[in-house]
Amino acid sequence: MLRLLLTFLLLLPLATQASEGEFFLSAKPAEQARLLETWAAQPDAARLPLLDNLRQGRIAENDTRKLRLNNRLRGLIDNALASHQLLSDNSAIRLASAQQLQKSAQPAQMAFLDRRFAAEPDAAVHAALGLALANLQLGASDPAVRLAAVRLLGETGDPLARTRLEALLQPNAETDAAVRTAAETSLAQVQRKLLVGELLGQAFSGLSLGSILLLAALGLAITFGLLGVINMAHGEMLMLGAYSTYMVQVLLQRYAPGAIEFYPLIALPVAFAVSAGVGMALERTVIRHLYGRPLETLLATWGISLILIQAVRLLFGAQNVEVSNPAWLSGGIQVLPNLVLPYNRLVIIGFALAVVLLTWLLLNRTRLGLNVRAVTQNRNMAACCGVSTGRVDMLAFGLGSGIAGLGGVALSQVGNVGPDLGQSYIIDSFLVVVLGGVGQLAGSLWAAFGLGIANKLLEPQIGAVLGKILILALIILFIQKRPQGLFALKGRVID
Amino acid sequence: MNQPLIVTATRKAGTRVSMAVGAVVVLVLLALPLLSLLPDGHALQVSAYTLTLVGKVLCYAIVALALDLVWGYAGLLSLGHGLFFALGGYAMGMYLMRQAAGDGLPGFMTFLSWSELPWYWAGTQHFAWALCLVVLAPGLLALVFGFFAFRSRIKGVYFSIMTQALTFAGMLLFFRNETGFGGNNGFTSFRTIVGFDIAAQGTRAVLFLLTVGLLLGSLFLCWRLTQSKFGRLLTAVRDAENRLMFCGYDPRGFKLLVWVLSAVLCGLAGALYVPQVGIINPSEMSPTNSIEAAVWVALGGRGTLIGPLLGAGLVNGMKSWFTVAFPEFWLFFLGALFILVTLYLPKGVVGLVKKRSQP
Repeated sequence: MLRLLLTFLLLLPLATQASEGEFFLSAKPAEQARLLETWAAQPDAARLPLLDNLRQGRIAENDTRKLRLNNRLRGLIDNALASHQLLSDNSAIRLASAQQLQKSAQPAQMAFLDRRFAAEPDAAVHAALGLALANLQLGASDPAVRLAAVRLLGETGDPLARTRLEALLQPNAETDAAVRTAAETSLAQVQRKLLVGELLGQAFSGLSLGSILLLAALGLAITFGLLGVINMAHGEMLMLGAYSTYMVQVLLQRYAPGAIEFYPLIALPVAFAVSAGVGMALERTVIRHLYGRPLETLLATWGISLILIQAVRLLFGAQNVEVSNPAWLSGGIQVLPNLVLPYNRLVIIGFALAVVLLTWLLLNRTRLGLNVRAVTQNRNMAACCGVSTGRVDMLAFGLGSGIAGLGGVALSQVGNVGPDLGQSYIIDSFLVVVLGGVGQLAGSLWAAFGLGIANKLLEPQIGAVLGKILILALIILFIQKRPQGLFALKGRVID
Repeated sequence: MNQPLIVTATRKAGTRVSMAVGAVVVLVLLALPLLSLLPDGHALQVSAYTLTLVGKVLCYAIVALALDLVWGYAGLLSLGHGLFFALGGYAMGMYLMRQAAGDGLPGFMTFLSWSELPWYWAGTQHFAWALCLVVLAPGLLALVFGFFAFRSRIKGVYFSIMTQALTFAGMLLFFRNETGFGGNNGFTSFRTIVGFDIAAQGTRAVLFLLTVGLLLGSLFLCWRLTQSKFGRLLTAVRDAENRLMFCGYDPRGFKLLVWVLSAVLCGLAGALYVPQVGIINPSEMSPTNSIEAAVWVALGGRGTLIGPLLGAGLVNGMKSWFTVAFPEFWLFFLGALFILVTLYLPKGVVGLVKKRSQP
């Protein structure tokens, strides 16, 4: 008996669902619309499958009868579905449905939204719901309700709230004086919050640009500090790293599609090896012969960069190649309504800092690092003490180029990969080296992030180009004060 | 007199031969525009294309000479001379655009629906003011940049990088439409210059002769400068600036003077380049162009006056042949040239010839 009752209870929702579906199918369009509005105002979790099916134009999964839906009904179904999904346990689904309701909610749903708004535990969903509710209340006839809605809108920091408030402040849009003044204060509030979001966003993209500059400039700073030569082909090491990433991606797609998710991780050692190998080969064949003639080295390495660019252009074509983000690097964290931090940029910032840390450990805690520092400070004395300076030069050059290769992997995740990739970063990374001082990791770190943030903060104010020019002028003025860069090694040598 | 007689003879003959070669080259250059005036179909007629090409190379040769003055003699490798060249070109281009537009606005401004000329275009309808701008724009920029750079004793690769960043910034600035210099497309479709048709054979011949004149004039100026005490000071700046300072000299003024002079020479070359080639756009300021000028000087031979001219001629001649015959391989060749010249020809072609003649 008990079992029978339980079975009946279990079947009850199914039965109501089926009968509601049949009823919907047989109703006239006007009746259907009213039905949907009622459902949207009083959601019931058991009705969710039915609404899902309605959205696909049927009343049940294995029912072949077609529903005839017009656009209004479709909109109402979406709205009712969103309303039902607010009951979901998953906060992401609730957030999506709240965002849908911001656009489509009907006055009849107000009571329900009010209840959910009070009960909502997740902050993001709570804010989104508040906005949906306030949107509804703005249409109320009671000025007191409108006033409350306007105040509520002021507390959110959403770009949508700004548009609503601006619409309200249009002439003839709102008659009540109290609501108008409240709307003005709310608008100011919203704008303040949005400004915070925008500034944070700019600072973040500055950090992101800075981390890329850091990866590009770090190797440059090491080789410049050690050998006193500027490697104009350094940007092409970035490019080689990015193209290695592309090659790894293509090869994995062909031979090991299972591992494609982790191709950037596999590309890291490959890119390091390729760039470091090319760098060491260049050092042994060309640059070694030019020590003590920095300006000639500059020209020779420029020639190398021309050859590398043209070689890549012939091999891979002049167009950009496609490097895609794996799933775990796409998307981002929504911090504020107008601020999303993309995962790929966050990962790159962390990666750049990790590379700096590793480089610091390598330079300060290993035998090779000791040798590199010794040769940087006094080449002849180091040679006298038995340091094989030629070998150190080669390894340090390989290290610098390899770091650039790692930077290329990072770049491939945020920008275009083409033969000219290196050229667009090389001048900025030179400026980092000039600003940061020679052979100083701390200097490069501060200079890279400083330049990146200054660039991105100036960009919206005066435009990217004028921003760059201003920064160049500032660097020239800065060098007046400190010709050796931010962090200079103290020396007693004069030529 | 331990040397065999024959060596002394070839050495003496060497200077004599090079003098003779120089004279022949100058004569040919002077004859080219006259030959271009011959009627069509004449066996000796020089085509307008050839004349323009040679005129262009001559302008580049002036740039190379100017660069050699600062790099070969004062040891300051500038990777931004393209900027000064382009500034001179733009100053001349402004005048030519006003000539082409008559009383109206230049075409690109009406396209942007601007109603009046920006302030810095004022007076550019006068040829004399345009000539002043040709000198002033690069000169003042070089003066300001040089003043700050030399004051904080920026030199070596630092100086090279800063000049490169400068020309890069200039290129970005001129690429913008709002800057008022035609953006991407720059200036083109000129019609007349001081009332003469710019495409006419006679005008071309005169412009060519002016270029030859400027080249010979700057060659003479540089020769006098480098032979004088000033030239010795420049060499001292290049070789041991600190020792020069310990001797009681202040090198800043000398460096600034030669730097500004070099920039002005570049500007003049640019001003002659634009009416001959018929276009100026921001890509002239790209760092690539400026650094290519360095290889002209390096190939010809730094610290000599003939070297840069030779280098500019050789590289540009090869460029116009290569880009027609094997366009994909020009960059390989240019890159290899950069490497081989720095590795094996530190003194350039002139150094090679000198070594041959004095074993």
